[in-house]
This record gives sequence, structure tokens and C-alpha cells, in this order.
Amino acid sequence: MNINFTLISQAVSFAIFIWFTARFVWPPLMKAVEERQKKIADGLAAADQGQQQLAQSQSRAQEVLHGAKQQSQELVANAQKRADEMIEQARATAKVEGERQIASAHATIAQEIQQARETLRGQVAALALAGAEQVLMREVDAEKHREVLEKLGARL
Amino acid sequence: MATGHELTPTGYIQHHLTFNAQAGETPFWTWHMDTIVTSVILGVLTFGFLAWVVSGATAGVPGKRQAFVELLIEFVNDQAKSIFHGDLRFIAPLALTVFVWVFFMNAMDFLPIDIMALFYKNALGLEYWRSVPTADVNTTFALALTVWFLMIFFAIKVKGVRGFIHELFCAPFGGNPLLWPFNFMFNLVEYVSKPLSHSLRLYGNIYAGEIIFMLLGLWAATGVAGTIFGGILSAGWAIFHILIVGLQAFIFMMLTIVYIAMAHEGH
Repeated sequence: MNINFTLISQAVSFAIFIWFTARFVWPPLMKAVEERQKKIADGLAAADQGQQQLAQSQSRAQEVLHGAKQQSQELVANAQKRADEMIEQARATAKVEGERQIASAHATIAQEIQQARETLRGQVAALALAGAEQVLMREVDAEKHREVLEKLGARL
Repeated sequence: MATGHELTPTGYIQHHLTFNAQAGETPFWTWHMDTIVTSVILGVLTFGFLAWVVSGATAGVPGKRQAFVELLIEFVNDQAKSIFHGDLRFIAPLALTVFVWVFFMNAMDFLPIDIMALFYKNALGLEYWRSVPTADVNTTFALALTVWFLMIFFAIKVKGVRGFIHELFCAPFGGNPLLWPFNFMFNLVEYVSKPLSHSLRLYGNIYAGEIIFMLLGLWAATGVAGTIFGGILSAGWAIFHILIVGLQAFIFMMLTIVYIAMAHEGH
């Protein structure tokens, strides 16, 4: 163990190496490392955000889909209802029309019966009159015997 | 082996332990050329490598080389951060410098001593050349004393001259004037023992490792079988020595951080 000037020169070179490391090695590399750390942190944050957004839009899509489904169901239901209504209406209209026609036919028939009866009545009256004429051999004043004839006609 | 002297075990070991000394006017002005040149070359190579890698550093995807250097720096940074809670801009690069430089100076121990001695003598014409700078107590003292001065510098910078002197006399036992001498003695012992233990721990471990390589090298004197046996033992010791080299560099770095962190803390 002999301490000598070597010690001082070693200390000087040590100091120079410390200065060199602190000046040229440490800061640039630390800067690069810190920059990368920041980049990674940013990337992770961005990924997180992306995931969140994805989840959000997924739920939005689900919502929209659900709405569309509901709407279409509503539409179908409405159409069904409407069709039912239309059928019902048509049925009702047809029924009314049919009844109306039946009624009118009945009326016509009744009218015709009435007419035929009237005609028949008239003819019977005329026939009766003619017969009475024949029997009495004289002119019966139709005007004078209208009352009798009508009574007779009504009895027919 | 590559000695010009008579081949005795003592001569062999002494030869390997002789510094390439550049004598000065007085013994103090002697330079150990081997220690200085080897450590400076190692420092230039390692820190040059680091600076080269860093100059091409990217914040994007790092290459393998950059990833390796980042691993190293992150490791040192984590250690410094776990001990020292403050501005790391000086202390962390200091720790990195200590760790890397001491590691490579220690690692010179892996070079086979006799082959290196042959190489130094025949290729470079150097009779005496010790490869391991940290097996020279001057190196370890230089490192420890530099750290010691930094420690005092930071203590004064953080606490002021008054605070520093106050702490010298009033800590750890208390501010009673009767206790001042005890406090001062206590602090004196602490301030002396810190650089001593710091430097001698590293020196002792590496020096001992070197000696064991030499002792195992002596097996070569017993013939071929002994040479092979010694070679196997040397390989085993070298493998174990990997642990010591790394561990001592790590301990030296940790103590550096601890001492400077302690200088920042007030009592």
C-alpha cells in the first residue's frame, strides 16, 4: 500500500468521467426514456378512451336497434289493426247494403202486390159492375155507386 | 513465468504485484502508469460506448443496444431513487459512473494474469504491468475520497456552513456544550471511517481475488498435471469471481448513494 500521486490523477479522471456521464450520457437517455414513458402512457390512455367509446357506441347501437324493432312492431301492429278495421268496415258496409237491397226488394214486392191487388180490385170491381149490369140490364151509374163499389172492393 | 528473475514462488507473486511506477522526485510524486492508463482506457471505452449509444437514442422502439443501456440506467436510477429522495440529476449519473467504471476495472481480474504478463512484455515491452486498477489502493482511495468531498460539499450546500459546523458539534448526542467534544469525536471517527471502509472494502476484495489467481497460477510449477489442476481451479475461481466483481461494484455504488444521501439529511 503506497499512496502516491496516482491517487490524485485517478480522482481527476474520476471527476472527468462523472462530469461526462452527467453531461452526455444521463440526460439524453433519461429524456428518451421519459419521452417513451409518456408516449406509452398516452397510448394506454388513448386505448382506454377508445374502449370506452366503443362501449358507448355499442350501447347506442343497441338502443337504436331496439327502437327500430319496437317501431317496426308498432307498424306491423298498426297495419294489422287497420286491415282488421277495413275488413270489419267492409263487412258492415256489405251487410248494410245487403239489408238495404233486401228491404228495397221487399218494398218493391209489397208495392207490386199492392199494385196487383189494386189492379185486381179494379178489375174485380169492373167485373162485378159488368156482372151487375148484366143482371140488372141497365146502366149503373158508376159515379152514383162508387161508394158501394169501393166497399165491395175493400172486402176483396 | 515471464520474469527475468529467478523463478521462485515469492518472485513470481512479487513480479505480478509490482506496479509500473513512474518515479517522481519524491516517493509521493510517483505515478502508477499501469493503474492510470488501464483505468483511463477502460473509462474512455465504456463511457464512450454509453455516449455513442445515447447519441443515437430514440424515444420510439429502442434497439437491442439501447435497450441494454436503458436497462442499466434504469437499474441505477431505481437504486438511487429508492435511497435518495431528492434531485437525482447529479447523484444518479454519479452512481452510474461509479458502477460502470468500477465494474470494468474489477473485471480486468478475469484476464489470465500470466498470458497478460506475456502480452505486456512481448507485445508492449512492459516488464511490470498490473491489469486491475481497483487492486491498486490509490484508485479506490481516489474514488472514495472524491465521494467523500462530494459528501461534504453537499452537506455544506444543503445545511450551509453554519449548519454543517453545528451538526459537527451538536449531533448525534445533543447541543449541550459539555457534549461538544464527544459529538465532534464521534463525527470525526465517522468522517474518517467512511472513506476508509468504502475504499478498503473494494480494494481488499479485488486484491485478494488477484492474489488467489496468482496462488493458483503457482500450480504450474508442479508439472503438467498441476498446471491442468491449477487451470481448472482458476476457472472455478473466475466463475465465482464474476459474483465478486459485480457485487463489489454494486456495493461501491450503493455506498456512494447512501453517503451522499446521508449528507442531505439533517439530524
